Amino acid sequence: MTSVFRKFYFFLIGLFLALPLIVVAGVSVNQKQTLAFPPQGFSTSWYGEIFVNPEWRNALLASLTLAVLSAALAVAIALPLAWFLWRRVAPWANIFQLLGVAPFTLPPVITALGLLTFWATAGFYGQPWTAVVSHAIFFVTLPLVTLSLGFTSIDRSLVEAAATMGADDRTIFRTVVLPLILPYIVSGYAFAFVLSLNEYIVAYMTVGFTMETLPIKIFNALRYGYTPTMASVTVLFVSTAAVIFGLVARFGDLPKLLGAMASDQK
Amino acid sequence: MRREPPQTFADYSPLLFPAAMLTIFFVVPFGTMIAVSFFQRQQGGFYTPAFVFDNYARFLSAFFGGVLGFSMMMAIAVAICCVLLALPFTYLLTRMARRVQIVWLVALLSILSLSEVIIGFAWSTLFSRTAGITNILVALGLMSEAKALTPSFAAVLTGMVYQAFPYTVLVLFPALVRLDPTLTEAARTLGASPLKAFFTVVVPALRNTIVATLIMVFIFALGSYLLPQLLGRPQHWTLSVLITDQAIYQSNMPFAAAMAVFLVLVTLGLVALTVIAGRKGEAA
Repeated sequence: MTSVFRKFYFFLIGLFLALPLIVVAGVSVNQKQTLAFPPQGFSTSWYGEIFVNPEWRNALLASLTLAVLSAALAVAIALPLAWFLWRRVAPWANIFQLLGVAPFTLPPVITALGLLTFWATAGFYGQPWTAVVSHAIFFVTLPLVTLSLGFTSIDRSLVEAAATMGADDRTIFRTVVLPLILPYIVSGYAFAFVLSLNEYIVAYMTVGFTMETLPIKIFNALRYGYTPTMASVTVLFVSTAAVIFGLVARFGDLPKLLGAMASDQK
Repeated sequence: MRREPPQTFADYSPLLFPAAMLTIFFVVPFGTMIAVSFFQRQQGGFYTPAFVFDNYARFLSAFFGGVLGFSMMMAIAVAICCVLLALPFTYLLTRMARRVQIVWLVALLSILSLSEVIIGFAWSTLFSRTAGITNILVALGLMSEAKALTPSFAAVLTGMVYQAFPYTVLVLFPALVRLDPTLTEAARTLGASPLKAFFTVVVPALRNTIVATLIMVFIFALGSYLLPQLLGRPQHWTLSVLITDQAIYQSNMPFAAAMAVFLVLVTLGLVALTVIAGRKGEAA
């Protein structure tokens, strides 16, 4: 009896989560440029449109470039910081940990507006690279949290053994710490990458008038009416996220990763 | 190798790059925003350095009070709906097989990472006249004619609950994983039904977690900047939407900055409350 109730409850939640995506997936295969569900006819041409139409293709390339670079920069900021906090006793340095978590805890519009006023004042407003820096700062929280967790899981006696045998900090980092921390670097990068790919407000406020990322392109297209390409892009995004998080789960300890992430955000 | 305090300047060197990046690109922009909030607005979207309170004085209007009240009410409604839906869900999820948990967690993460643009588009499609949910009801004979369900308050609320639900589950997840299973077992042994055990044992044991989660989801919902615009009417706009609108479309940066500073203060106050709620939880 309770098991039936539980299944029904999970089914309803699953339906609530999946329904909009099912309808969008259905709409994306319409033959003609109509917003109809169930779809009329079947065509995958709207998926081809993402790569064939220069506007959508450019937006896709812009989004991918932005996500690849900003996630790398976020990891580059987070890794030395997390390593330092693990290696040294320096309580005041925790302020940088706090600064790293802040952009993600505050409403996104605040970080976006801060960066907009900053780039405008500095005179770089609208330059593509400003979006990379902005996203890296906005999402630095994710690699920072996964890496902090990764460092706490390293057995210090391993490091001590290496030090006793004469390895210096650099050698220890390369031969002991880095191999152990690598899965956490990859998951931190993956989280930052997926979120950057989907991010709208920070990208819009920093470079919205000079270049279009995919979310900006979808939003602009929405204002001028409907095209099924939006639906196919949506399906592409959901599948990308599911594949990447699926891989993180496959090669890492997802429940553990999430257990630590949420407690760190408090 | 034990952790040791930094001895020489070279020991600090790993900190240089992260500290510089975070200071230049987060602390300084934050300061710039606060400074701009006191600037004088000029016609045509420009502003000049000044120290005026005009931008803050505009808060005292009835219109702004209405928006603020609506934003708070909306965020509270979203937080309550999400926690009501997510608490039993997460509790049951933590008691499932690991493989099932992982599938759900991947799905929840994928939805959580979705752009607000995409969530807004998906729900506006689902609520539309031609491709929407009402077509199913018509096909089932429950409705005579398909109709559009947006823009409306219910549409905004649904969209925001959809966006915040995965977040709520992920916030509750660690606390519920750590919940001692012997607590409910004891209640069951003493003859309580699963439902009764949930409400009399699990919920009270998690009181502080629930309060902290409500506040965190509230903050998360306050940050929603597009869904009220895509699924609602102008009277459903929240503070975040208004800030975006003032900054981008009205080109009134000083006023947008002043509202953002205000939003920061509200958020920080609530974060402080969450920390206090968390402390109490540890002490108990």
